[in-house]
Amino acid sequence: MGILDIQNLAKVIESDLVLQNINLSLQASEILCLLGPSGCGKTTLLRLICGLETPDSGSILYEGRDITPVDPHLRNFGMMFQEFALFPHKNVYENVVFGLQVKNWQESDIQKRAQEVLALVGLTELRQRNVNDLSGGERQRVALARSLAPQPRLLLLDEPMGSLDRVLRERLLTDLQLILKKIRITTIFVTHDHNEAFAVADRIAVFNAGQIEQIDRPQDLYKKPANRFVASFLGFQNLISGTVSADGGIDTPLGTVHLPQAEPSAGKTVTVLIRPEAAHLVEPSATPAAGELLVTAQIKDIRFQGAEYRLTIRTEKGECLVVNLPNDIQAPQTGQQVRLGLKESAMSVIEA
Amino acid sequence: MPDGNWALASLRKLFTSGYYARTLWFTFWQAVVSTLLTLILALPGAYIVSRYRFPGKKLLQAFASVPFVLPTVVVATAFQALLGSRGMINVLLQNLFGLAEAPLQLDHSVLFVLLAHVFFNYTVILRIVGGFWSRLDPSIAEAARVLGASSLKVFFKVTLPLLKPAILASTLLVFIFCFSSFGVILILGGPRLATIEVEIYRQAVHLFNLPMAAALSLIQIVFILLMMWIYTALQRKQVVSLGPVARSGIQVPMRSLKDRFWVGGNVILILLLVGTPLFALVLRSFLSETGLTFAFYRALFENPVQSIFFVPPLEAVLYSCGFALVTLLFSVVIGLLAAQFLSMSKGRLSAMFDPIFMLPLSTSAVTLGFGFIIALDRPPLNLRTSLLLVPLAHTLVAFPFVVRSVLPALRSIPQSLKESASLLGASPFRVWRAVELPIIGRSLIVGAVFAFTISLGEFGATVFVARPQTPTMPLAIYRFLGQPGAMNYGQAMAMSSLLMLVTAAGFLMLEKLRVEGQGEF
Repeated sequence: MGILDIQNLAKVIESDLVLQNINLSLQASEILCLLGPSGCGKTTLLRLICGLETPDSGSILYEGRDITPVDPHLRNFGMMFQEFALFPHKNVYENVVFGLQVKNWQESDIQKRAQEVLALVGLTELRQRNVNDLSGGERQRVALARSLAPQPRLLLLDEPMGSLDRVLRERLLTDLQLILKKIRITTIFVTHDHNEAFAVADRIAVFNAGQIEQIDRPQDLYKKPANRFVASFLGFQNLISGTVSADGGIDTPLGTVHLPQAEPSAGKTVTVLIRPEAAHLVEPSATPAAGELLVTAQIKDIRFQGAEYRLTIRTEKGECLVVNLPNDIQAPQTGQQVRLGLKESAMSVIEA
Repeated sequence: MPDGNWALASLRKLFTSGYYARTLWFTFWQAVVSTLLTLILALPGAYIVSRYRFPGKKLLQAFASVPFVLPTVVVATAFQALLGSRGMINVLLQNLFGLAEAPLQLDHSVLFVLLAHVFFNYTVILRIVGGFWSRLDPSIAEAARVLGASSLKVFFKVTLPLLKPAILASTLLVFIFCFSSFGVILILGGPRLATIEVEIYRQAVHLFNLPMAAALSLIQIVFILLMMWIYTALQRKQVVSLGPVARSGIQVPMRSLKDRFWVGGNVILILLLVGTPLFALVLRSFLSETGLTFAFYRALFENPVQSIFFVPPLEAVLYSCGFALVTLLFSVVIGLLAAQFLSMSKGRLSAMFDPIFMLPLSTSAVTLGFGFIIALDRPPLNLRTSLLLVPLAHTLVAFPFVVRSVLPALRSIPQSLKESASLLGASPFRVWRAVELPIIGRSLIVGAVFAFTISLGEFGATVFVARPQTPTMPLAIYRFLGQPGAMNYGQAMAMSSLLMLVTAAGFLMLEKLRVEGQGEF
């Protein structure tokens, strides 16, 4: 049992089943990411957790106590909204102390706490500024400071990077993670960007159409996506169909691979995921090494990405693959024939 | 005016005589109380129309606007028909309990006047505050909620301060209507209650004391102008850049019991407040001493007296609609230009012109009509016989509403939005059409609806400027009311019911237009 437990949660909005069969458990100080395309129900789940919506069935337990009937203002959770929802009629300081004032803190404590959180997010200089005059990054910090000020038991972040530009996003993401880890706050972070999720999360829950597809640590999610949806949502393109042979190997159009499977049974159709880092260039005369697949292919497209080249290739059998090659090779040309080794260590079986 | 001596004498008398001081005081406090009552009753209504989707909402909003477009004379008569000593409720109570005397004695009481003012002005706050509220991002209130504020604290610390510009704007309008209330007080207030406006009328028409009437007009104009100057100064300070929020994302269907309670309670309030007097009015248009009858309606299309002033009521309907459409056009153009000017000019220029654009509102309709006759009756601008005179007078009354509706929306557009559009290569006109117009569109339509309905119901100025052969509907009603007998009274009721029908139809048309236009926003 964790600090927050969500059991069989379901929510219907206007006769649409937006969430169903949601089961989650959060440990103290853990950062959980809810990852999924827009409209998959992740924001609704946040709103259910903080009490702005009521579930149609299931329960939400905080430290083992059912909080479903508790009003949002009594839950002491912090929430950062997508467009930040700052109070436009208040300045930075007034925004930050709002949660303390409505909880009737002492004035001296309010000032002390405000100073702490403003320093934490690096906004001490801007405390008297009108929030409408702030930049996007500054507004985000105000929103974070405001939700942290009342020392919430749980922090909910709804697409906190959504409205920021890319460069700013990367910098603020690092800042955010440092802050969250520093104060060791239990956090749920909603995003549709898997890179954001990988950067911040201790665990990631992938959502699709109102259901959780997979919950795992980022590295496990990356190495072994549970199904085709998760794999394609993480940006993987090389999904090859194969058949399990009698000896437990998998016959694919590219050759036979030997990968760990949960229940190998001959004749079963599975999907093999080949991650782009599986490939490396080999000599045309090379013979297959152990745990490796050799393919001959023609380069259809090349993109230089700094640390590596991203190649789109078509094999002799007509399969299209996207692979990465380190940038220390001689620049390949479009149309060129190459021979590639594909390491089985960068492959996994998707059974569903 | 021959010389300046009399004016000073009258002015002096205004302040030294206890009677006039009492009139000034009554005018003021009844307006304050009426406005507060309206605000308290209409704010929950504004909340439900801005937050919930429910069946029949459009119809309900149009229905709530009906009283506002009725001539004040008819509003007063409708209340008389409902709550007067021989009104529907008293008759009902007397019959039920066998009482000899009417149990409700509201005639000539302040309460009667206040009720009629609330009835009349409810829609002003409903529309202006409701329109503004529906553009507030609901996540701002939700953020406050999650931060630990109870619903009550959220309302007083977040929602109310954010609504302040709209509340101030609508409250001011209601206050001015109540301050210059004429027909309602004249009919429901009896001889003992008089606002400045009623006193002007009595002095000018009954006592032929034109100097005193002029002095009173002056006092009224100065007082309201002063208020508007304070208000516009306040409003400019409190502009909050909210950015428009799409309407669809905000309004939710009723889900919980609490939602249903809120919506249901307000729907019942609107139906009771607006419905019962109108019902009494319609009932009386069908009710003679002998029972239900169509006689009054039939009589509308006959001319038994063969009066030379007789104009078929159908023509009055057509004239009213025509004038109202022209007024709408004029008011939108002038109002939009004025609002645009006010939103662009900063500082002293804007501070000076803002109250000036509101001036027509503060002048009494009677004075306005009279002024029109005096000002436009000789070359180069002789409009005395022109059909345009009526819509022109109506425009003067109506365009401040367009300004007031559009200005808050115009001021809430962030400068960067316009700048980014012009940097994208849009000409100033394209910027206006592609950026500003869609954002202010909804407010503009609200203003246009106001202009249309004000024109339909305008009475005080029209009575001076309309020619006998081109009467409007309120004028026709007034003529019927001015003649004795149950038949004429019944015809006035029938005509009022027709005016109700026409305005409600006009409203539904505009509301529909609004829904269709929404896709462009």
